[in-house]
Amino acid sequence: MKLRVSYFAAFREAAGVSSERVESGAATATALFAECAERHPGLQRYTASLVAINEEMTGWDAALADGDEVLFFPPVAGG
Amino acid sequence: MSDFRIVAEAIDCAAFRDSLVDRGCGGYVQFEGWVRDHNESREVLRLEYEVYEPLAIREGERIIREAIERFGVQRARALHRSGLLDLTDVAVVVGVASPHRGEAFAACRYIIDEIKHRLPIWKKEHYADGDAHWVRCDHCAAPGHEHSL
Repeated sequence: MKLRVSYFAAFREAAGVSSERVESGAATATALFAECAERHPGLQRYTASLVAINEEMTGWDAALADGDEVLFFPPVAGG
Repeated sequence: MSDFRIVAEAIDCAAFRDSLVDRGCGGYVQFEGWVRDHNESREVLRLEYEVYEPLAIREGERIIREAIERFGVQRARALHRSGLLDLTDVAVVVGVASPHRGEAFAACRYIIDEIKHRLPIWKKEHYADGDAHWVRCDHCAAPGHEHSL
């Protein structure tokens, strides 16, 4: 399936891109992040914190579908 | 006017307060988060906030609604900065007006705590030695480090 993956803050700097289109067979968000970390070794030192699919916060075991937009968020630090 | 906004310009705290004045309220609590000159024993020169606005605004509005329902306060609003901030700049402001002070204190505390934990906002500290780090993210490099978020 085709997905769009976006990275923010430290993740964007570690991956070297803010967004990319990927072809993936990953069943879950967790598996997709692992695939992305293989492609961008800079991500391997991080534990991802929050994930959103199609602009909704979701869990790491959420299933992926063709055309999904997946947002990977590093740990947040507002305020 | 939305009760939660991300703003790129300096926050006017007096104007913010005035926007919440309500003749049915006898208590008003305002929290301001300021940019301070140190963190974890390093000298900080300035901060940079990155915000993913579509989700931050939606989740921020949800937090305000939760506070109003949970504590029964009359009015609540918050603003959060994005972009580059200098020392002593206001990074976030929360205001709560209520007939009585107790609920206003509790709701204000709830809103700032939830903002820190739930909004897709990241803070990069720029240090006096020229270095810069995303706050918290860098702890993730430590073996066995996990988040409770």
